[in-house]
Amino acid sequence: MSRDAGVNGGGNGATPPAAAGASSEPVVVFENVSIGFERKPVLENISFRVHAGEMRILLGPAGVGKSVLLKLVNGLLRPDSGRIFVFGKEITAMKEEDLFEIRGSIGTVFQEGALFDSLNVRDNVGYRLMEEHIPDDEITARVTEALRFVELEHTLDKFPSELSGGMRRRVAIARAIVTNPRLILYDSPTGGLDPITSTTIIELVMKQRDVSHTSSLVVTHRIQDAFVLAMHRFNRTTNQMEALPPHVTDPNTSFMMLHQGQLVFDGTTKELVHSNDAFIREYIS
Amino acid sequence: MALETIDAAAKRGVLALQDYALLSARAVGDLFRRPFYRDDIFMQADIIGVGSLPIVILTGFFLGGVLALQSAATLAQFGAAAFTGQLVSFSMIKEIGPVVTALMVSGRNASGMASELGSMIVTEQIDAMRALGTDPLKKLVMPRIVATVVMLFFLVIISDAVGICGGGFVSIFMLGQDGSQYFHLSYQSLEYPDILQGLVKPIFFGFIIATIGCFYGMKTRGGTQGVGRSTTQAVVWSSILIIVCDFMVSRFMIGIFGR
Repeated sequence: MSRDAGVNGGGNGATPPAAAGASSEPVVVFENVSIGFERKPVLENISFRVHAGEMRILLGPAGVGKSVLLKLVNGLLRPDSGRIFVFGKEITAMKEEDLFEIRGSIGTVFQEGALFDSLNVRDNVGYRLMEEHIPDDEITARVTEALRFVELEHTLDKFPSELSGGMRRRVAIARAIVTNPRLILYDSPTGGLDPITSTTIIELVMKQRDVSHTSSLVVTHRIQDAFVLAMHRFNRTTNQMEALPPHVTDPNTSFMMLHQGQLVFDGTTKELVHSNDAFIREYIS
Repeated sequence: MALETIDAAAKRGVLALQDYALLSARAVGDLFRRPFYRDDIFMQADIIGVGSLPIVILTGFFLGGVLALQSAATLAQFGAAAFTGQLVSFSMIKEIGPVVTALMVSGRNASGMASELGSMIVTEQIDAMRALGTDPLKKLVMPRIVATVVMLFFLVIISDAVGICGGGFVSIFMLGQDGSQYFHLSYQSLEYPDILQGLVKPIFFGFIIATIGCFYGMKTRGGTQGVGRSTTQAVVWSSILIIVCDFMVSRFMIGIFGR
């Protein structure tokens, strides 16, 4: 069942074993990563890989450590043990200053959007561009383009408090993609939203996957969102998502599942659906 | 059981002290590292300095007034009511001006910093900032420290001046003293060490206000309740440290200059 079983051995250097220099170098590699808070283990011996252009959906009940895992990927948290490679570089012991460069290629959509409430939408989306001292005209153009992707180009001058929950989440997606990152981390992008707005957000996540082919890690506890992502594709012509033929799933989308701090599943959609594990069957039923 | 509690509390205290020292040292170090957030310093200087001006002027004026009122009555018993101006200027410049201004600015700004940064922590805005490649200490903490230290320095000067004027107003219009004598003695009795003492203190106090406010803001945990707790702790601890620091700086300066 475990897709990457056996990938964790060997390798003492600063590049992931068996992947360094290869064209299909994994974007993210976790090797026996563990972390705990206040002596309570949260994640234990987590190992997995995310390859270029792949979407990995991380499932699990609330409070199991899914968001913690995402924060480990972009170095917002450091593991207690194990190694993490992002774009081929080991970030586990990297200095915060060096991590900023890596994070420049990672877009993150936080659970509640985490927009800066004192900045308007234009400045929120263009925050990273402003930090890089890119000319104002170019920032406005790129921000408008990113907002057009999420169909919110008319909200440039609005403040986060003037937007609905769904709109805030879409602005957060625009902020994550404005720099054309190589990896996007979605932390429960549909959490707390109504079903219709959730579908809009999932459609945007799918659009980014199928149009830009960006690698992504999607954390969710909503199994229906996960299956929509696995069983639909984005049609550029009609500009909306459409169902894949029966028994066909998106080849670039696969699943992982956390339970009690352990990675209990790492595999394809079909493997997930046909799993005999009692917890997985109960979770997806 | 009691020992374990004491042990845990001591560890928490040492850890907090270590975190505070690290945050302060890193934020000060950020002054010399790029990028330098000049615009953020000016914005904070406006919020902290200009924003605090009304309360500093009001408290300074009435403190000077009440000092004149109270001291004139006591001095009159010894036939020394004419020295009211000297006493007011001494007290304002060396002690009351810096301490009260710092306490007022602490109440307004240490709480503001703790609640603003605390809210950013609980809504993941600080994490978002880090994820977007910005160091929050450099962007948020360093500008607040620089702005508070610089602006408190000038606020104390304004408070001193307004306080002496307040004392003068009371002495002249309420106690019927001679205005020329009041201001003459206020000015003439001051010596270089007195002025220096009054100007060194706000530098320390400003540093305490900003670092304590930012420290409690950045270590906020536990949602809106946590933000409230951080805000209260920031004001309480900055006020305590200002008074402790005032004693230490006064003792040090008196040790050096003898007054």
